[in-house]
Amino acid sequence: MSETAPAPEPAAAADAPPLRAVVLAGGLTFEREVSLSSGTQVVEGLTRAGIDAELRDADAELLPGLAAAPADAVFIALHGATGEDGALRAVLDLAGVPYVGSAAAACRLAWDKPAAKSVVRSAGITTPDWVALPHSTFRELGAGAVLDLMVARLGLPLMVKPASGGSALGVQKVSRVEDLPAAMVSCFAYGDTVMVERYVEGVEVALAVVDLGDGPQALPAVEIEPESGVFDYSSRYTPGLTEYHAPARLDEDVARRAAELAVRVHEVLGLADLSRTDAIITPDGEVHFLEVNVSPGLTETSMFPMAVEAAGFELGEVLARLLANRAGRSR
Amino acid sequence: MQASEIRALFSVVSRPEVVSLAGGMPAVTALPLDAVGSMIGELVSGMGAQTLQYGSGQGDPRLRERICDVMALEGIHDASPSEVVVTVGSQQGLDLVTRVFCDPGDVVLAEGPSYVGALGVFQAAQARVRHVAMDDDGLIPEALEEALADCRANGDRVKFLYTVPNFHNPAGVTLSEERREAVMAIAEKHDLLIIEDNPYGLLGFEQEPLRALRARNSQRVIYLGSFSKTFSPGLRVGWVLAPLAVREKLVLATEAQVLCPPSLTQYAVARYLDTQPWREQIKIFAELYRERRDAALDSLAALMPAGTAWTQPQGGFYVWLKLPHGLDAKRMQPRAVGAHVAYVPGIGFFADGNGREFMRLSYCYPEPDQIREGVRRLARVIEAELDLHSTFDQVDTGSFRAITPGHDAESIVGPANSDTYEDGR
Repeated sequence: MSETAPAPEPAAAADAPPLRAVVLAGGLTFEREVSLSSGTQVVEGLTRAGIDAELRDADAELLPGLAAAPADAVFIALHGATGEDGALRAVLDLAGVPYVGSAAAACRLAWDKPAAKSVVRSAGITTPDWVALPHSTFRELGAGAVLDLMVARLGLPLMVKPASGGSALGVQKVSRVEDLPAAMVSCFAYGDTVMVERYVEGVEVALAVVDLGDGPQALPAVEIEPESGVFDYSSRYTPGLTEYHAPARLDEDVARRAAELAVRVHEVLGLADLSRTDAIITPDGEVHFLEVNVSPGLTETSMFPMAVEAAGFELGEVLARLLANRAGRSR
Repeated sequence: MQASEIRALFSVVSRPEVVSLAGGMPAVTALPLDAVGSMIGELVSGMGAQTLQYGSGQGDPRLRERICDVMALEGIHDASPSEVVVTVGSQQGLDLVTRVFCDPGDVVLAEGPSYVGALGVFQAAQARVRHVAMDDDGLIPEALEEALADCRANGDRVKFLYTVPNFHNPAGVTLSEERREAVMAIAEKHDLLIIEDNPYGLLGFEQEPLRALRARNSQRVIYLGSFSKTFSPGLRVGWVLAPLAVREKLVLATEAQVLCPPSLTQYAVARYLDTQPWREQIKIFAELYRERRDAALDSLAALMPAGTAWTQPQGGFYVWLKLPHGLDAKRMQPRAVGAHVAYVPGIGFFADGNGREFMRLSYCYPEPDQIREGVRRLARVIEAELDLHSTFDQVDTGSFRAITPGHDAESIVGPANSDTYEDGR
């Protein structure tokens, strides 16, 4: 595969003092549990790679802690708001603390799924049609009339998802029109804006991108085959409920186009270091962008580590290299 | 939403910003911790040969005697230590009893709602739960008769009625004196075994404990007791009081499971009962919980939107709240977590998928000010959810136009957020 990354350089010279990393995980979001699991994996990986890594929550102790014991760089394994919406990164910028990953403004854009889709579509990338609306629009214009229009224009089935957030929390596939109002109610419990997207039939793939210092490179696509047919929260985080194929079972040409799409998304959204684009590949080989994650899951059942492994790399080494780059030290 | 999703939503409860009205954790810091600490230290330094050693499968004899003293407070005066089996919490006691009595497919009658930990035990034994309705006076005797008649008509084997008569978890209600008599009469008439689970009975706020069901019939009732709420849940000491024939089976079953209950914690409880003012301590606990119950009920009355209803517990840990029509506590949970307040959705307390419009609120652990703040947040969450329902509940999807297939929707982009990315770039 032409877009895969070269192997990381060997680890740092033995006589240099070990880098000190603070790994942020937890947070105050629906994805706290997943984040803690990601953070534990990151700490273990960095420790294997010879980095002095410490797990911390993003709470009131964080800034005093970083001031008292500065880190060479921070690794953000927070999922959901604060960690992914750019807010925490803006604060780290204020504190002058280097961190692995995308800058605050790029995160804010990627976090907002409809906004990211607009930018991605403007760049000529295919993405399923969508509409994103706040509750107030339905209330003011009449929910029936608005939903009627949505179904008429986007068809069925529809994907109903919160306009921001990850781990598929609140995401529902709606096949029958009579289920749509209840799906909207459920989804609005996760946030004030709901995105309704045309359902695209095909193979779901996760496209990891990593930039080890010489430009963004796609790792092999990971194909997702949920036992239930729907890649929901349980399918994601219950071992055995989803079969993964890494690399994905794709034709060489389709795999290349998927990799190109992921790198292009990473670039047009201004992302840095690492990202994971979720996409659907239709039976005729067309790749549709769904969303991108600036803080991809790094748990034992997450796709980013699978892609790293499929590329023949060691996760700890890749994360250590990203960290060393941000700390201004080459590995 | 699957169980794993609910667990994920609960993971934020450990953060101090979140007011948790979810967990049922006793306020153990109200114990005289120094005294309990030195007591346990002495048990090891002075009696290590016994307290760190294996013990009897049935439990320490001295503790079983003291357990009989505790049960006397609720009217059980004829219990013999030989009928008591000490268990790892009353949870293990319920598991043992269920294993002894239930085969896969058997029916267990239980209040609707019922204690979630009991439902888990029955599910593991592949027993089917038939819920029996309750109201503010606890289990409804007529509903029990009806359930028994239904089961007989269906050819179901009913193994027992599982009931929490005092300060029910999750419903917060107490079985009235008249109904206790009525339930016992029905049990006698139908040859029904009763499992009386009573962890909260001594934690009443307004009156002396009602006589236990076991005090009314020693052969038809198996009684489960616990020190988790009156002393400490971390020690995991509970018990089963059962007729001798049943007790023998329970001892065999517990030896197969755990060999013997932990010696150290049994000695700790026995020593606590021997040397500490435990009756006064229970009064201290009850007073603390009463203050928290008042904070919960007062703020619910002041803040909850119309259409919300809740029980008025006279003891124990829980308020059972019914949401306004059409609201679903589980679906609302992400909004509540976002608003930094946690509760347990009612559906978990039913084996049959009911209970969507209910939630359990625990007032046992947070301080009164936190409870008031939690209820304030919850009221706002319910109001926002009502607002949402008023938007979507009236939608008549039957009147929607036909779908236009193949329509090019290129112009459909997210107007709600179209400004976000411009300044975000």
